[in-house]
Amino acid sequence: MADLINLTIDGRAVQAAPGTLVIEAAKKAGIEIPAFCYYEGLSLQGACRMCLVEVEKFPKLQVGCTLPVAEGMVVHTDSPTVQQARKGTLEFLLTNHPLDCPVCDKGGECELQDMVFRYGVGESRYIETKHHVDEKQWSPVVYFDAPRCILCYRCVRVCGEGMGVNALGIVNRGVLAEIGPNEGDHLECDECGNCIDICPVGALTSGIYRYQTRPWEMNHVGTICTHCSGGCKTTLGVRNDQVIRGNNRDRSGINGEFLCLKGRYAFDFLESEERLQTPMKRVDGKLEPISWAEALELAASKLKDAKNPGVIGSTRTTNEESYYLQKFARQGLKTSNIDHIRTGDVTTLIDALSGKTDALATIGDLYTTKAALIIGADLAQQQPFMAYQLRANWRHHQSHTYTITPGPVREDQYSVGAVRCDAGKELDQLESLRDKLKAEASLVIIYGDCVKGDGVRKLVAFGDSLGIPVKYIPLVDYTNSRGALDMGVASDLEPGYKPAAKTGLSVAQMIAAKDLDVLWVVGEDPLRGKDLGSTSAFVIVQDMFLTETAQKADLVLPSASNYEKTGTVTNVTGEVQKLKRAAKTMGAKADLEIMGLIAKEMGLNLGIWTPDKVFDEIRKTVKGYNVPLPVVASGGAAQSQPVNGRVPSNYNPAEIDSDDNTLFTSGTLGRYSKIMNSVMEAPGGLYK
Amino acid sequence: MTPTIGKLYNEPHPDETRVLTWRFGKPNSWKIDTYLADGGYQTIMKALQMTQEQIIEEVKTSGLRGRGGAGFPTGLKWSFVPRSSPKPKYIVCNADESEPGTCKDRLLIEFDPHQLIEGLMIAGHAMGSQHAYVYIRGEYRFLIEHLNGAIDEAYAAGVLGENIRGTGFTFHVHTHSGAGAYECGEETALLDSLEGKRGVPRMKPPFPAVAGAWACPTLLNNVETFSAVVPIIRDGGAKFLSYGVPKSGGTRLLCVSGHVNKPGVYEVPLGMDTMTFINGIAGGVKGGKLKAVVPGGSSCPILTADECQNLPMDYDSVAKIGSMMGSGGMVVMNEHTDMVAVALRIIKFYQHESCGWCIPCREGTTWLKKSLQRYADGGGSEADIDIIHELAKNMLGRTFCALGDAAAMPTISLVTKFRSEFIEYLKKPRAVHQHELVGIH
Repeated sequence: MADLINLTIDGRAVQAAPGTLVIEAAKKAGIEIPAFCYYEGLSLQGACRMCLVEVEKFPKLQVGCTLPVAEGMVVHTDSPTVQQARKGTLEFLLTNHPLDCPVCDKGGECELQDMVFRYGVGESRYIETKHHVDEKQWSPVVYFDAPRCILCYRCVRVCGEGMGVNALGIVNRGVLAEIGPNEGDHLECDECGNCIDICPVGALTSGIYRYQTRPWEMNHVGTICTHCSGGCKTTLGVRNDQVIRGNNRDRSGINGEFLCLKGRYAFDFLESEERLQTPMKRVDGKLEPISWAEALELAASKLKDAKNPGVIGSTRTTNEESYYLQKFARQGLKTSNIDHIRTGDVTTLIDALSGKTDALATIGDLYTTKAALIIGADLAQQQPFMAYQLRANWRHHQSHTYTITPGPVREDQYSVGAVRCDAGKELDQLESLRDKLKAEASLVIIYGDCVKGDGVRKLVAFGDSLGIPVKYIPLVDYTNSRGALDMGVASDLEPGYKPAAKTGLSVAQMIAAKDLDVLWVVGEDPLRGKDLGSTSAFVIVQDMFLTETAQKADLVLPSASNYEKTGTVTNVTGEVQKLKRAAKTMGAKADLEIMGLIAKEMGLNLGIWTPDKVFDEIRKTVKGYNVPLPVVASGGAAQSQPVNGRVPSNYNPAEIDSDDNTLFTSGTLGRYSKIMNSVMEAPGGLYK
Repeated sequence: MTPTIGKLYNEPHPDETRVLTWRFGKPNSWKIDTYLADGGYQTIMKALQMTQEQIIEEVKTSGLRGRGGAGFPTGLKWSFVPRSSPKPKYIVCNADESEPGTCKDRLLIEFDPHQLIEGLMIAGHAMGSQHAYVYIRGEYRFLIEHLNGAIDEAYAAGVLGENIRGTGFTFHVHTHSGAGAYECGEETALLDSLEGKRGVPRMKPPFPAVAGAWACPTLLNNVETFSAVVPIIRDGGAKFLSYGVPKSGGTRLLCVSGHVNKPGVYEVPLGMDTMTFINGIAGGVKGGKLKAVVPGGSSCPILTADECQNLPMDYDSVAKIGSMMGSGGMVVMNEHTDMVAVALRIIKFYQHESCGWCIPCREGTTWLKKSLQRYADGGGSEADIDIIHELAKNMLGRTFCALGDAAAMPTISLVTKFRSEFIEYLKKPRAVHQHELVGIH
């Protein structure tokens, strides 16, 4: 590139694109310019004055985080003047800082500590009284300790710019200036905790992590959030088999540093007193504890004798478990009655896109696409990571966003076309945006469960008619909703969208059927608010909790959560990611193990049931899942490439229905998370 | 208490050169009929016959420099505004007069508001702007009402509004109240405040000329600067220049306070000898010999009596000896003045007014204030003087805006030029220190 700018940093020749900031140019050259308020991706502040550097021909020290590079510029980042300035700034910073590091949550991973260690002076000359204000609690999950705050405004920016919530601001001035919440004394917000995570010091602390541990006592396990289908990586801080914290501070996942309330806090269901830890069978109408051996034997005998069984899989269990379950049903039980509760129409989309390549978007595409169209979904509530990506794309690349929704959505803040319509009539509004969409360079269409069946075909026809590259994202609800379908836990489809040899009963049909003799439910709550049509059926339920379905069961097998498993899950955009086991709960077993043991008990040979072996089989046999193993194994995300061809299906679109979760609900599982309930009940409630 | 409008605060002095203030003291000088009778709103008609370039050229010729404090050449600033931009252009008048010792803008608004309005109109024509905002400090509430009255008069007389007097020129003037923050006198913080945001300074570049109010090209000047435009266009830039010295054209309003016999606001030519002014117009030093002078508002490094000898009051001469003409707020101190108390008083102001945006200013002013308070209370030591000096140096040139410098510069000058007095202070018994103990909460 001829138009690179040449400059010298610390005697080293550096080239950088025009507009590059000195701090970034230095970083690329391997030279650290320390800063607090500078944060990649957020607006520039120039407030902390930590990044002052000496630039030749400038009379004063310059701010490295706001100064763009210039041809021939000579920068010194480590001269005596700069060193002295840093010492001065840090000395100022520590004047009113309480220096309560021994009891501070941030101690050990605090940027202020690190900076003072590296650039500061050993002792302070400050002998005056410190300014003190008491700590405040702003919500069940957010505490603020003003004296620790260095006013870098990262929290204000991540909340306003990143989330579009603007729940944080600055009150008072001068040394009394502090961060304040939007409702005066409490927050009304997404409770996402990004402010806590981004805080370089211990000013903002998490209601559930605070005073629990020292950071170095934890192991950090990067796994995938078990709630919505976004597929965010959450790095769980684990001590003594107990999950204490969730974040993604190392930005190793597809979500970068983003996490919502669910990924950050809602792992507390693991510790719920309602967790099942022993198998139970119904004796005289009541569920009584039994041993695993007895339970497995009972399950095996009932399944072995079943003439007309039904099997319902889960939208949260791993790909391996889903794959194994459908294999169990089809090969072991010789039934085609296997299905899961579908929350979005993926099948019709794949059929409609037959013959096209590169038409399924990844979540990463939302950050690079020139335009996006959201149909019938409130991303901020249902897919917060997608909302974050789109907003970042708009902030950084001025992308265009269009919405067709029944009510106002947060994307309206910056969308260039917001269309309101009656629920269910969204597709009728497509034409009104045609001219604008045609002028875009590329488009990603995101649609919710209001678009299904023929609606999807109509949508794809519309996309084709625009004459621009269009990609699609069919929204589904849960962490492995997409994987359940890909793995063929479907009455109409075998793994890889292969049409089923014989179409079995769907979930609704199984519930309605009068003649099922065994119903086996793995990690799902299909009988919520419903009764099974077949009163004589023996119901086996594998779950973490005594859900409504489990309460109606004849045999309940306690299962492990995704945070207690290894395996893979596939997110809403088909990206396969690896789960790592973070904790374990005594008495509960992973669903794959339970199924394997039942198979063994029944004398079935369905192959080895370790996650690795099953994943090997998936990669070999399921179309589109031959994903690069090193990517997945090392914690990356690899998009599966679904079959490119017709997917005939006669599945009733009426059965496809989203649970319409909000930020503070997560299906049945969410009800067992105290933190999710507490934020919902707290003053502020659900921020809209 | 609302001051009585129209009563002169000090008698004019015959040695003044009254170019901007010549109507001060005339009966009802703030009314449009007296202004029109004195040839008011003729200059805008003349300006409308001139091209934008001609007006800017005239302002450049006048040698007018910003009267708000920084002293930037006004004509040059005007030439920076991209007049060809398709965006609307705005004129913003900084009437957030808050520099301690400064009280001239209020008089210009009080006694000759129409001169200011006419100045804004000329600037509006020169920039191709249709709207001016006058940002007035909240403490001047009575002035806001007063200026609003003048604006109403101007609309009623057809000198403001659409297609003024059939010239095709449209211009509107709006007032906007500050809310008690010194920081909002900083031009970019003022713009944020004007836009309804928290008044903290913006990053520069972009400068307001390019992206100011609502990110549109904006011309921002002080009340006195805009007022001076009227005589410049009326009588020509060369005439205005001739009042002063070559690089500091014209006259300037000096607000002299402290130990002088005749405190007040006087209009004098730039380049006037400091001692001539103090001993003449200001009536001489009161209560003893001269010890020190703050030349242009409390943020300016203080000058000793010796430094004031043979010192012409123009931008460059004052800068040469390490201080500034600033906003024209001159504070004179006699030999009995306690310089420790002065240092504390000054830093108290800046500590109170620091907006808190950047670390060196927020923490530095507070530390300095606490140290100086302790020192003044008798709890200091000689080492404190060095620490205070060093802390102020750590702020100087390292803060986001000039407020940090404004706090650091006088402090540095006080502890260096009057170090011996600081040391002497330590020897006095504690009981002598009668300073009010004021905590920061």
